Amino acid sequence: MKTKTNDVILQTVTNVVAFIIILFSLRLFFAGHYTPGGGFIGGLMTSAAIVLLLLAYDIKTVATILPVDYKIVTAIGLLLAVATSAGALLFDVPFLTHAYDYFHLPLLGKTSLHTAVLFDTGVYLVVIGVTMTIIQTIGVSE
Amino acid sequence: MTLLHWAIVSPFLFAILIPFLYKVLRNVHTGWFVLLLPVALFTYFFQFISITKNGDTVKETLEWMPSFGINFIAYVDGLGLLFALLITGIGSLVVLYSIYYLDKKKEQLHNFYVYLMMFMGAMLGVVLSDNLIVLYMFWEFTSISSFLLIGYWYHRERSRYGAQKSMLITVFGGLSMLGGFLLLYLMSGTFSIRELVMQSDQLMTEALFLPALLLVLLGAFTKSAQFPFHIWLPDAMEAPTPVSAYLHSATMVKAGIYLVARMSPVFAESSVWLWLVGGFGIFTLFWGSFNAVKQTDLKGILAFSTVSQLGLIMSLLGVGAAALHYSQLDENIYMVATLAAVFHLINHATFKGSLFMVVGIIDHETGTRDIRKLGGLMNFMPITFTIAMIGAFSMAGLPPFNGFLSKEMFFTGMVRVLEMDIFNLDTVGMIFPLLAWVGSVFTFIYSMILVFKTFTGKHQPEKLEKKPHEAPLGMLISPIILASLVIIFGFFPNILSERIIAPAVASITPSLIQEGHAVKAHISFWHGFTPELFMTFGVILFGILLYLLLPRWRKIYSWIPERFTLNSFYDGGLIGTERGAYNFTKGYMTGFIRTYLVYIFSFLTAVLLFSLWFKGAFAINTDDLAPIGVYEVAIALLLVISSVTILFAKSRLTSIISLGAAGYTVSLFFVLFRAPDLALTQLVIETVSVALFLLCFYHLPPLSRHEERMRFKLGNALIAIGVGLVVTLFAISAYSTKLFDSISSYYIENVYEEAGGKNMVNVILVDFRGFDTLFEICVLAIAALGIFSMIKLRLTRGKEG
Repeated sequence: MKTKTNDVILQTVTNVVAFIIILFSLRLFFAGHYTPGGGFIGGLMTSAAIVLLLLAYDIKTVATILPVDYKIVTAIGLLLAVATSAGALLFDVPFLTHAYDYFHLPLLGKTSLHTAVLFDTGVYLVVIGVTMTIIQTIGVSE
Repeated sequence: MTLLHWAIVSPFLFAILIPFLYKVLRNVHTGWFVLLLPVALFTYFFQFISITKNGDTVKETLEWMPSFGINFIAYVDGLGLLFALLITGIGSLVVLYSIYYLDKKKEQLHNFYVYLMMFMGAMLGVVLSDNLIVLYMFWEFTSISSFLLIGYWYHRERSRYGAQKSMLITVFGGLSMLGGFLLLYLMSGTFSIRELVMQSDQLMTEALFLPALLLVLLGAFTKSAQFPFHIWLPDAMEAPTPVSAYLHSATMVKAGIYLVARMSPVFAESSVWLWLVGGFGIFTLFWGSFNAVKQTDLKGILAFSTVSQLGLIMSLLGVGAAALHYSQLDENIYMVATLAAVFHLINHATFKGSLFMVVGIIDHETGTRDIRKLGGLMNFMPITFTIAMIGAFSMAGLPPFNGFLSKEMFFTGMVRVLEMDIFNLDTVGMIFPLLAWVGSVFTFIYSMILVFKTFTGKHQPEKLEKKPHEAPLGMLISPIILASLVIIFGFFPNILSERIIAPAVASITPSLIQEGHAVKAHISFWHGFTPELFMTFGVILFGILLYLLLPRWRKIYSWIPERFTLNSFYDGGLIGTERGAYNFTKGYMTGFIRTYLVYIFSFLTAVLLFSLWFKGAFAINTDDLAPIGVYEVAIALLLVISSVTILFAKSRLTSIISLGAAGYTVSLFFVLFRAPDLALTQLVIETVSVALFLLCFYHLPPLSRHEERMRFKLGNALIAIGVGLVVTLFAISAYSTKLFDSISSYYIENVYEEAGGKNMVNVILVDFRGFDTLFEICVLAIAALGIFSMIKLRLTRGKEG
């Protein structure tokens, strides 16, 4: 940013709000199978939180707080999605077949666990990776 | 997944390990670890001989995309097993050889072995798949891994050129082949080769039969370097020699032969098949051997010799197709052609493999492969010389080596063409034995050149880079094994015939095999004084004569001027296409987004309007319209206002904010119409994109409402109105015409039962239509990489300039 502006209010609010957004996005992500949400929306929401950080501070500061290479995040996400899909082949069922069952877990009680969540995690990571890669490269470019 | 499937994909899995092995254990040559796999696989496949010997087959199905008929069906029969043994057997020897050939300090071994393993897995997949689409997938894998291997020394310009050439030609063929497979699917409704074979009689009558045949053959011919597609093979010799020995003589180039053999039962009864496969094969034999004589590079000679030998096998398969027209198996005199094809396939792998390794040794120990610089090496490398002699004499078709036997059978097959009374073979068929004989004479000549120009004559130490000496023992093991096989198969051909050759022939001609009958594959050394024997005498006589007179008639090679060769056509075509594409692109790419938007929108309007009108799909149905509430009207008005604001905004800030407003209003609609998922997505997207705009707000140039010409503005207005109109019409018509019941009820019923989820949208995304999502995220990732690399590229260029 060329001009030095007084961002105190924005920065203070961001410090609190960004975490709330990220927590909310995680909730959205995990709740996706039953209520609105899922990988796409969760990923977008997380990126929105990071974008807010970018707005309040600058790219360099955010890069030191979150030292993540988003291209690698994208790659991991893609790998996870493909691996989950291909993993079905190990169990002699067609590509991309998902499985789920109900389990009793400590603290959570009776919960359902889906392989679809792994796939969705892949989507989630790709969305974050892609959005942030694009935003960062455009932001840094000038 | 069964053991067989694991065996096929194991090279791919192993390839993942190689870079780690390379990094962790730097002191050991990576090849030693890699060697374990092909040896293990060879032993594994060796056990199948006892199954296929009795005519039995193994079939293991792994469901992949059953709804499309695409399943990974691993299928082992005589033909597939023969190839699998070649791939793993020669593969083991080549890996062993490469350990001594490639220096562990100077070369990027991890890359090399990863590509090699990828290739091995791909090849196994090609020959052991029953499903055409799976076969195609592995087929292209071989093209890609071969591209990487040819371009392995990528700092050399010739390597890159050769890699690109082989890639362009084989992938072009591969795509045609895919087209052929799809046509076959349209006709038969199956991708399974075995089911296609069962339907072959019915397929013959279909109109699409001929196009399918031609397209499949195009794939086979490009892969197996048949004339005129052979031009990539000599350039592929830029690859390291182990690669040439493996890919470009023993395995990959034989994938085309495999395909022809495999598809023979489907197509072979057509006369077109016989003439194309036989004709192109025999001409390739002649052309390849003729051109091999003029080469001065040892690997160049071997490359053209491979081309010609592949032509030989191909022509035998073509003539062998005639056997199907004479149905009695026992006295079927044309079966000999197919037998000879299979036998020569094995022999070629042994002698050509050893010859390539010999050439590699010469290159390694002297620093050159140019026969004009070599000579008199016999005294320095006696073992190499012996191996070279065995290999080359076998290639020339001299007794007592295995090449002699298959060459005799080849002549037998070609001579018998004259006795056929189908497809004009009794008259025009004369060209088969004629070209076969001429080609064999040239084969004899270049085999002699290979041995005698290199190992005898005057030694010229001043032209060599290194002082020649015998190769280390490790480098000699593989060629010695292959050369011993040449002799063993020569003296005892029948250790192969019942176990390997007969089952392979049986899988090429299944319709001739009845219950209780088996293919008779007894190969004998002495046939009596037959025409074949006299042809061999003629070959030797004329061969020696022409070899001695070589300097006198060599001039004929300069008769064809350089610019009329196939290579110059290829190069010219490549340059021409590039220039044409560049000019065409320059014609419409103005560099202004507004121009592109004009293209996109006018095209969209035109196409939609045309199809609406053409299909008569335009309809307004007002029967079951929902009432329009006050909210809807208000939101719609808001939407219109914010959109119009963007048009007339004087500052960029205003337009960004109005754009956001329009987006949020749309998401309000989603909320009203009970689509919370969409609303959420829309909201977040709007937030992110507005934020993005604001982020680079400072960097954007000031908004200049520079005066456009009136005509341009009018045009834009027209297009804008057109798009609005068409989309509205489209939406109304889509609402009013219901051709099918809505699919949503299916999802509503099954979402909880099948996928255990309650949010339909999410379940569709990750489960029911997971494939779409998978591809979507791929597209997203590619887009991000594209933006990243374009901006980074521009930045660095800006810094340099």
